[in-house]
Amino acid sequence: MDVAIVGVGLHPFGRSPALSGLEQGANAARAAMADAGVDFKAMQFAFGGSQDGGNADSLVNLLGLTGLQFTNIWNGCATGGSSLNAAYSAIKSGQYDVGLVVGFDKHPRGAFNPQPKDWGLDDWYGETGLMLTTQFFAMKIQRYMHDHGISNDTLIRVAEKAFRNGSITPTAWRQAALSWEEIANAPMVSEPLSKYMFCSPAEGGCALVVCRADMAHKFGGKPVILNTAVVRSRHYGSFEVFSPAQAPEMAQSPTVTASSAAFELAGIGPEDVGVAQLQDTEVGAEIMHMAENGFCAHGDQEQWLADGVTEITGRLPVNTDGGCLANGEPVGASGLRQVYEICLQLRGDAGARQVPNAPKVGYTHVYGAPGISGVNILSI
Amino acid sequence: MVVGGALNMGITEDRMREQQPLHDGLFSWPDAQPELLGSQCNQCGEHAFPAQTSCRSCTGTDTQIVKMGRTGTLWTWTIQSFMPKAPYHTDETPESFQPYGVGYVELENGLRVESRLRENTPEQLTIGMPMQLEIIPVRVDENGIERVTFSFRAQEVN
Repeated sequence: MDVAIVGVGLHPFGRSPALSGLEQGANAARAAMADAGVDFKAMQFAFGGSQDGGNADSLVNLLGLTGLQFTNIWNGCATGGSSLNAAYSAIKSGQYDVGLVVGFDKHPRGAFNPQPKDWGLDDWYGETGLMLTTQFFAMKIQRYMHDHGISNDTLIRVAEKAFRNGSITPTAWRQAALSWEEIANAPMVSEPLSKYMFCSPAEGGCALVVCRADMAHKFGGKPVILNTAVVRSRHYGSFEVFSPAQAPEMAQSPTVTASSAAFELAGIGPEDVGVAQLQDTEVGAEIMHMAENGFCAHGDQEQWLADGVTEITGRLPVNTDGGCLANGEPVGASGLRQVYEICLQLRGDAGARQVPNAPKVGYTHVYGAPGISGVNILSI
Repeated sequence: MVVGGALNMGITEDRMREQQPLHDGLFSWPDAQPELLGSQCNQCGEHAFPAQTSCRSCTGTDTQIVKMGRTGTLWTWTIQSFMPKAPYHTDETPESFQPYGVGYVELENGLRVESRLRENTPEQLTIGMPMQLEIIPVRVDENGIERVTFSFRAQEVN
């Protein structure tokens, strides 16, 4: 039994001061159901997640008390990936025919301030200033640049692309393209990453209506097939956020294991993908994730970015809506926004940012603390 | 008395203050030459920091506390340029905050330990440089005791 996505909805990311996180989630859910031409009474199940926006199953107070199974999912930045994985399994198993996946969030301004106890660490780790995701990403790309010959220019190119794509995406939070000089001269945050190289915590909501593919014709719109939804956690030896120590022998990251499992299950390879969304909480992440997801060899990114391979008009467009960099990261919704964007691209509904030549296969990848990755392969 | 100085908190007038580790078990204390403490698995030999009673590598539950030395080489680094929000807890104020280095230091046993670094400019930090442990003040607690933690700095040339 194949799984199809028949409706997608977004409450645009950014700041919505008048709305709670739950209200933004409800807006996204209603938009997805309207896209599919169904109402909430038709939903047999829902999986939802939010970090700071409230319990996802409280959405029934806004959407209607219909008695459906509503399960809350929480997996850090990979929450959206895990929610979609759960929905995929619910339909694959034959348990349900149609349901809702929803994520939303409403974070305070500024960097996240995770608590050590929530991650199995003692207070000293946070108190002495080691528990910042920004530091981890900076140290990972610092070593990566050293090992694989990636230059600062490539970091700037990724940010340039993100804000350029955001400027032609009506729902993006950051609507202004930034010049090379603006990015290059911005204040340093965590060496080698400066201000415009990081995404910011934000607000927003995203939802998908998923169903048995053989029922997809009953809904409005053009269905997108969800070929695989894979989530993996870290192995001993992979270099992950919130790690007071790393093992001597490096292991592959959970992105590598999730990606290779997803390609194997889908029976295709990276060369078959026409458009991709790769987790870009900062520019280094997008660069490293290009290789970790199998799209290029380590170090090739330097040439790829110089040649524009990942531009909307390139051979493998990456983060066509500006990604996390231009949309910000409402954690619970972010992984689903990636799927939303790929669905629009495969349907040909992406407007000014539409990838040319009608791509048939799309790919999403989300990465979260403390070392978890979710990969989805979609096709039309 | 072992006193570092990477945190610029005006502690010079308090050199005689009693010192205690911020968290027990991270380094040998009291010790004229403190070393990092970790655990080693008695089944597979893997090290862990901080010490733990189970092994992340082989899933075993038989480990022992071991000293892990006071030197290593810098594996990667960054600089924390803004004062972190809570749970960061030192005696610094936004006005007195000074950027600090953060890195992973590869110890002699191969384990790479995350640490604050005394050096806090890009010019002072290079992957592969030799590093040595130091003990630095974090804050004076409610009992007037200076709480200290581990840090690394560029190895002094004798």
